[in-house]
Amino acid sequence: MKNKSLISINDFTKEEYFRILDLAEEFQKNPNQPLLSDYVIASLFFEPSTRTRLSFETAIQRLGGKVIGFSEASSTSVSKGESLKDTILTVSRYADLIIMRHPIEGSARYASEVSNKPIINAGDGSNQHPTQCLLDLYSIRKSQGTLENLNLFLVGDLKYGRTVHSLLMAMSEFNPVFNFVSPPTLRMPQEYKDYLDEKGIKYYEHDQLDDNLKYADIVYVTRVQRERFSDPMEYEKVKNAYVLNNKMLTSTKESLRIMHPLPRVNEIDTDVDTNPKAYYFEQAENGVYARMALMCLILGVVK
Amino acid sequence: MKSELKVKAIEKGTVIDHIKPEALYKILSIIGIEKIDTQVFIGNNLDSEKYGKKAIIKIADKFPSIDDINKIALIDPHAVINIIRDYQVVEKKKVALPEKIEGFVKCINPKCITNHEKVETKFKVVIKEEKVNLKCYYCEKITGQDNIEVIR
Repeated sequence: MKNKSLISINDFTKEEYFRILDLAEEFQKNPNQPLLSDYVIASLFFEPSTRTRLSFETAIQRLGGKVIGFSEASSTSVSKGESLKDTILTVSRYADLIIMRHPIEGSARYASEVSNKPIINAGDGSNQHPTQCLLDLYSIRKSQGTLENLNLFLVGDLKYGRTVHSLLMAMSEFNPVFNFVSPPTLRMPQEYKDYLDEKGIKYYEHDQLDDNLKYADIVYVTRVQRERFSDPMEYEKVKNAYVLNNKMLTSTKESLRIMHPLPRVNEIDTDVDTNPKAYYFEQAENGVYARMALMCLILGVVK
Repeated sequence: MKSELKVKAIEKGTVIDHIKPEALYKILSIIGIEKIDTQVFIGNNLDSEKYGKKAIIKIADKFPSIDDINKIALIDPHAVINIIRDYQVVEKKKVALPEKIEGFVKCINPKCITNHEKVETKFKVVIKEEKVNLKCYYCEKITGQDNIEVIR
């Protein structure tokens, strides 16, 4: 994995992902290790993001590395009209590894062609966000003890949600059953259903969260965004249909875990937060360990 | 043969035959017909035993590059390219889709990096339900056959 860029989830093999997950587990047991004390890592956020940036920067700090970078493009030469190519060519001469988020799709792939240092894609528009997928896999494996044969409920905006699409692709390697719960206008796109059909993976579609939840091992909730609806009435109608609350969890499995990529708005009632099945904040924490593991393997400080 | 005679024969050059009529204008555009300075003959809606109607393009004194053939394949995979010398067909090339397309098709996604910076486009060719789909190497979005636009 040394010197490899991670742009899209397909860039790494299943074995490489397992190696990252195993190492993340070790970091979780012992998170403060000065493995990156000789490294400078660039954190280039051309578009604001709270969680992803802080998670990466926490991971770097815990490993004793140094961070350079910016959290929005307006304070940089980009606002003077500098091209992405020139920014990357310059920064790749300063830092040993570049983490970047950019609103333009394909920007990270392009950066990886231009740069002589590895790139980690921390989100390129609506295209890819592979470290989110990595931490989701880590969280699922950690909470269930396995990735195999799980019943996964994906809830909310399944049409535009890049997170659920990546998760669907990644989990398809592990013989899952999928349940898709969404308003009719935000259903899982046909291309993903075709993909599951080709692989012979079972899936069911639902309009409502109901007692079928009792089969779930993981409920993965995403935000239904107001701006996805052309008709505000339509949004008002559906927005509350997908709010998960404690009452709905009464007859669910003891081992069920509720996940959410965050930020949450109202799709999980706050009464769920103290339920032992709530996993979303732990999921966010897991992101730090997964990113620690990824950076150490790419920089080659751990084999 | 009957329909070929409706369009003047050329002594040497290239004949692009069996074009679907609806693909004619796109092919003319994709091969950059306005830059060709030799004689060009175009026929459309000619009788075709195979398709009912067809179009044909005859270009004198020019021979296609692999790139040209790839471009034609993208628009009409059924077209046939004949190389003419001494009024005779000396070679028949059936167009074939390449696995990758580089440099001349525009990505349909306005948010793609190739539409924002000077980056040469790259696509993987994916056939789905007999249609050519181009998957962008950068933004991973699909440009469908009907949306193929050539970069000049």
